[in-house]
Amino acid sequence: MIEPTEIKYYQVELTDFRHRIMIAAGFVVVLFLVLLARFFYVQVLEHDRYFALAESNRISVAPTTPNRGIIFDRNGVVMAHNYSAYTLELTPNKIKDIPATIAELAKLVDITPANRKHFAKLVAESHNFETFPLRTRLTDEEVARIAANRYRLPGVEVKARLFRQYPQKTSASHLIGYIGRINDADLAQLKADNHYDNYRGTDHIGKVGIEQSFESVLHGTTGAEQIETDAGGHAVRTLSHSNPISGDNLVLNIDSKLQEIAEKAFGSFRGALVAIDPKTGGILTFVSNPGFDPNLFVDGIDSTNWNELNTSPDRPLLNRALRGAYPEGSTIKPFMALAGLHYGVRTANDTIADPGYFMLPNSSHRYRDWKPSGHGSVNMHLSIVQSCDTYYYRLANDLGIDRMHAYLSQFGFGQKTGIDMDGELAGVLPSREWKAKHSKQPWYPGETVIAGIGQGYNLATPLQLAVATAALANGGITLKPQLVSAIIDSRTGQRHNIAPEVIANAHIPPEQLKTIVDAMIDVTRPGGTASVASAGAPYLIAAKTGTAQVVGIRQNEKYNAGRLQIAHRDHALFIAFAPADAPKIAIAVLVENGGHGGTTAAPIARAVMDYYLLGKLPKNMSATTVDTTGDNVNAD
Amino acid sequence: MRIKAWLVKLATHLDYPMLLLLFILMLLSMFLQYSAAGEDNVKLLAHGINMLVALGIMVIVANVPPQYLLALAVPLYTTGVILLIGVALFGDVVNGSRRWLHLGVTRIQPSEIMKIAMPLMLAWYFHYHEATLKLKDYGIAALLLAIPVALVVKQPDLGTALLISASGFYVLFFAGLPWRVMLGMAIVAGASMPVLWHFLHDYQKNRILTLLDPTQDPLGAGYHIIQSTIAIGSGGNFGKGWLHGTQSHLDFLPEHTTDFVFAVYGEEFGLLGNILLLLLYLAIIARGLHIAAHAPTLFSRLMAGSITLAFFTYAFVNMGMVSGILPVVGVPLPMMSYGGTAMVIVMLGFGILMSVSTHRKLLKS
Repeated sequence: MIEPTEIKYYQVELTDFRHRIMIAAGFVVVLFLVLLARFFYVQVLEHDRYFALAESNRISVAPTTPNRGIIFDRNGVVMAHNYSAYTLELTPNKIKDIPATIAELAKLVDITPANRKHFAKLVAESHNFETFPLRTRLTDEEVARIAANRYRLPGVEVKARLFRQYPQKTSASHLIGYIGRINDADLAQLKADNHYDNYRGTDHIGKVGIEQSFESVLHGTTGAEQIETDAGGHAVRTLSHSNPISGDNLVLNIDSKLQEIAEKAFGSFRGALVAIDPKTGGILTFVSNPGFDPNLFVDGIDSTNWNELNTSPDRPLLNRALRGAYPEGSTIKPFMALAGLHYGVRTANDTIADPGYFMLPNSSHRYRDWKPSGHGSVNMHLSIVQSCDTYYYRLANDLGIDRMHAYLSQFGFGQKTGIDMDGELAGVLPSREWKAKHSKQPWYPGETVIAGIGQGYNLATPLQLAVATAALANGGITLKPQLVSAIIDSRTGQRHNIAPEVIANAHIPPEQLKTIVDAMIDVTRPGGTASVASAGAPYLIAAKTGTAQVVGIRQNEKYNAGRLQIAHRDHALFIAFAPADAPKIAIAVLVENGGHGGTTAAPIARAVMDYYLLGKLPKNMSATTVDTTGDNVNAD
Repeated sequence: MRIKAWLVKLATHLDYPMLLLLFILMLLSMFLQYSAAGEDNVKLLAHGINMLVALGIMVIVANVPPQYLLALAVPLYTTGVILLIGVALFGDVVNGSRRWLHLGVTRIQPSEIMKIAMPLMLAWYFHYHEATLKLKDYGIAALLLAIPVALVVKQPDLGTALLISASGFYVLFFAGLPWRVMLGMAIVAGASMPVLWHFLHDYQKNRILTLLDPTQDPLGAGYHIIQSTIAIGSGGNFGKGWLHGTQSHLDFLPEHTTDFVFAVYGEEFGLLGNILLLLLYLAIIARGLHIAAHAPTLFSRLMAGSITLAFFTYAFVNMGMVSGILPVVGVPLPMMSYGGTAMVIVMLGFGILMSVSTHRKLLKS
């Protein structure tokens, strides 16, 4: 049953609805008339202008590339800069017969098959009408020859372009990195980040190192020139232009002289060294040896050099400081001792009896000390000075993996340090969760035992070790490691300092810290594992040596470096800070297959400290010697 | 014989005037895409297949009576909102926006679903509150509209958010939103412009500034507008002729098969072609409004009205943007741009219109 009022209401509503339909129709017609008016304006009133623009090839927009920022070390030494050179450039869009033009040009200047191949690749990759370099670094004579013949070579130009140069050559190569031609992957990334427009005139982009991580600072802002051109492609007039803004300059914490000394101290050894100012987290030296010449990459590396770098067994392209992960070995012991003190599992005076091995209850497996006869009665001080393994097997077992993980995490182990460079590895600080993620097996007590001496799953980068050492020098406060100390604004010349950043604080009580630092000082004194390399230093050094096993040694086998292949010898580790009473520098050194930390790694650190603290240049750059007798190699 | 009977039954639910107009539009679209894609037969075939799929979906939807569509409103809307929340939490970031959601095998853009789900939901709401409509109901409807729109704005996808709001607003409008409220909204919107401006992303501000003066940013956002305006303007009264556009064929024009296909059209067919296309769109819109005016229930009226005006909005916004009077937002030209998803959404709308149109007598009885 329907009430009459409702029908009436329905009628009113329907009338209103139809009314609104008419209004909507009016709205549609009006807006379409607006479009029509726009079409009429563009296609009839302004048609001649647009037609002319379309015919005469229109408007071409030429990007004007900004100058890339310069990189300086802490003392103003140039690490990366630009220089100007003439290039021979072709605009394919304006050339009818490209091969003929190139053949013509080859009569005037030297054009190698590599040049041709490179050019063809550039043209194939692009679909705008850009200009591409066929030859770079023309001599004045070559420029003159082309200029004289330019009238019969449309679309050919000589341009002055800026090129990137790394005056330090192989020194600091891993930290500065290099720029290279923008490839498809870079292009996709630029588009994804909405930066593509700013790179329209740019050919190069930072590929690794600081050149990569500070790309957005160094690049600058591209300017644009809107040019009206005629049918022949010649510019008629400039319609508008905006100037490019140069990239900002960078000032590093790195001391290039210190860097060079450190690199030379490695000699022919492979390895890495990171030195940090413990008060600021500023990275003073960042070595990965061997390095490479970044200048080779700027214009596209040739295949001979590439193959040499890529297939060398020394792997010069691997940034060991950032991406090499090694067991910490005994360098983890000071941190383990602190954990023992923190949780009250050990006091400084607790002693254990070391028979030369440790056994878990109900197990016959012997976790052997490096000294087969054992160290006898060992307290915490002696455990660090003599690097007693048995002490730490037992301590680890008493602490348990959970507490070890929680405490050592505060020093940055097992996580990225946050360094201002892309691609760092996080290393491994094992825990139950970590193992659950990587294996179906549960956590075994034996794995805790070997983690206590930095073996087993443990892995850290030399950078992480340096950060942890700096934290120790700094009383337990971990700072973010930073390569760049300041950015200099290219327009105003203003210096923007990058502030130190605290990432963790272990709140080590002073008496606990003193116990550890005193022991680390005695490591460098007679009777300690690094006494030889520290002899005669006029400042106090706190240090710890370590070795990282490359191959496992079986239960009943003896490690004999002389019998092992060089590639299977232990890695040498050394951490130190100095002066121990007021630390100014904290260092971590890794020498691949270097054997014992005190013998090969410590002298490198000493050379760096001597220069940094005393300004003393090493007398003999290749001070390190290889101990191949195997006598003392396993002692750490 | 059975199949034949079945086909006849399917065919009874098609709106033939509308179908004829759509066929003309599709034919035009095939010619345009052949030219825009550089006479590429493979791409033309793909475009044709997209059309056939969309047509098939239209025929199926046309055969679903409006009362079933009514029942779909709430689940579709709810799913859409949940998916949008999913996008906000777990979506893939493409070109700086979080729009896509992975669902195991396939990847979807839930904001597209909302283009249909939104008017459906609001029409459902008004349908069930028809007898007792108060101002409060418009408020609730506005809230139903605001939630997904806010989620889409957050992605950020301002263009799609505006289109979804428009389709929802059209329902409110046809449901009888009082004029004084609309006037108030217009004043508030006008007054809050400077505040809203503050919340826009830099690239969004850029697009609007670029519209006022394209030469400001000739490498970036201005490039599209400069090039598409040159293309259209150079077409003149009668155009350069099919396959004879120079701008679009010389790669001056980015996205010349998708969002900017109208520039190719304007260059090759000129003002005359543009007028014909406007008339064709106008005829489709007129037919849609006619179907709405004669729809038997509030729900079907609101759906038909809103879908028709949404179709108009897509066409207007796209042509306005390509000819340089609206900011660049990612809206394809309905049925003309290359791209399957957009086409399916548009044809789904026409399916609903046809369902409303052909189930009229059945409902009245």
